[in-house]
Amino acid sequence: MSLDVFLRHRFPDFSADVSFSAPAPGVTALFGPSGCGKSTVLSAVSGLLRADEVRVVLDGIVLSDLPPERRRIGVVFQEGRLFPHLSVRDNLRYGLRRAPPGPIDPDETVELLGIGHLLKRYPATLSGGERQRVAIGRALLSQPRLLVMDEPLAALDAARKAEILPYLARLRDSLRTPVLYVSHAMEEVARLADTLVLMEAGRVIGCGPVGEIAARADLPLALGNDAGAIIPAEIAAHDDARALTVLRATGGAAGASSEGARFLVPRIGLPPGSRLRIRIPASDVVLALERPARISANNVIPGTVRAVREAPGGRLALVEIAVGDSLLLSQLTPDSVAQLEIEAGKPVLALFKSIAVQVL
Amino acid sequence: MFALTHEEWQAVRLSLAVAANAVAIGLPAAIVTSLLLRWRSMPGRTILNIIVHLPLVLPPVVVGWMLLVVFGIRGHVGQFLHEWFGIRLVFTAAGAALACAVMTFPLMVRAIRLSLEAVDAGLEEAAGTLGAGAVDRFFTVTLPLMTPGVISGAIMGYAASLGEFGAVITFASNVPGQTQTLPLAIFAALQTPGGEAAAARLALISIVLAVAGLLAGEWFSRWSGKRLKS
Repeated sequence: MSLDVFLRHRFPDFSADVSFSAPAPGVTALFGPSGCGKSTVLSAVSGLLRADEVRVVLDGIVLSDLPPERRRIGVVFQEGRLFPHLSVRDNLRYGLRRAPPGPIDPDETVELLGIGHLLKRYPATLSGGERQRVAIGRALLSQPRLLVMDEPLAALDAARKAEILPYLARLRDSLRTPVLYVSHAMEEVARLADTLVLMEAGRVIGCGPVGEIAARADLPLALGNDAGAIIPAEIAAHDDARALTVLRATGGAAGASSEGARFLVPRIGLPPGSRLRIRIPASDVVLALERPARISANNVIPGTVRAVREAPGGRLALVEIAVGDSLLLSQLTPDSVAQLEIEAGKPVLALFKSIAVQVL
Repeated sequence: MFALTHEEWQAVRLSLAVAANAVAIGLPAAIVTSLLLRWRSMPGRTILNIIVHLPLVLPPVVVGWMLLVVFGIRGHVGQFLHEWFGIRLVFTAAGAALACAVMTFPLMVRAIRLSLEAVDAGLEEAAGTLGAGAVDRFFTVTLPLMTPGVISGAIMGYAASLGEFGAVITFASNVPGQTQTLPLAIFAALQTPGGEAAAARLALISIVLAVAGLLAGEWFSRWSGKRLKS
């Protein structure tokens, strides 16, 4: 089952030539700087933009052959676009009443989004975060084949974002509807995406499982301050004596693997078996050729260098390290690469502190 | 001074009825025209826009004459209506209503367009993604959101119809009880020796009705502004 998108469109001052395929269900994030064409892709997919050439196929159904109102693509717009003349309840019902019966239960959705107490209110009286949650609910209740979200958090401040992200994460885990998510915030992508489609200037420059793409040394993501590996993991055990938790990487699409790398992080208050994601910033990963004797970094992980790349300008080198099924990324100086003679295929140890690991 | 004669009462009642009919005729057409004018790439949009605004700038008597040419007994439309439906517009209250509708049409269109322009096309798009087709979108999103304009257009059209003179007297003539609305009755009273008191009474009623209309419009736009703010 997959979502395949092909789009070619020429604006007077910009052209988009986009093609990608992502597994469905799952959250596919279109990620890239402002103006790279992410929103163009969403508009074409949902049918609001009449693209020169567009083909959207979801599980064998050619959605792009249908008019927008028959595609059944639920859209969450950046600004919410709630109907101001309808109550929250009637906004939520708008799509529901026009949809065939589907798997999404209205009461459950309202509860999941925490909007039950807002049903009688009108959009004008809602806060930004509440409005966006209602917009998400309205799109979901239309029983969409595909849920499309256009930077749903971009118009919100940091506090409101933090308020909605957990709802989105819950949706991802409980929903069987595929999601296409546009964002230029790495935090959202790291937390939500299963598949990452990296865009630049109207083109796709990388597409694959989020752990794979985020750690690729040859993509511009690796150069940023927020570069780092994103690894799905589960809690293997708690080490209460040391106040640490042992995580086991669950690999990419392959699912749990007994070979999965183990990471130590500060104690997490969740039972063993819980699934979560971690992010290991590339600037926090130190490489060593021998195991250091006494060192404060809790994580000393053997791996194999998969690729080395020097960034343009020569001030930074990027090293991909394969650890079991997972990938780590390390930002080093070109001098360190030369001193350690790091090259593809070389066994190395990746060192990082447990507190450097971000649990998402 | 406020004891109105039978004829004066008749003029007031007729005015109110003619204005109501004028709005009933003009408003649906004004809604359709506003929707057409909203469509930027419509062929002939500029010409339609000019035609809509003509009654605002033409001498009313010219509009009355044009109505006679088209809807008069020998006019193409007038002849057709008369022969097939037995409807005669010239010298009738229905004709007076038609003249008022045409004269106040630009006012209604302008009021409706003002509120239609404030309707966010993004909301109609959103309705589309939720499964609503074009007609469904119009009735459930566009129309409710443009309602303030439709109602204020109706109030404006009604108030302005009460005062319409030139086109009415040209097309429908000045028949007491048939087409003699308030302004025509005032005109007739002034033409009559000793009719100044009657004219003053009727003028006062005109002023009261006009002020009431404007107040109603003002109150409504405040109320709807509060309600639909998003």
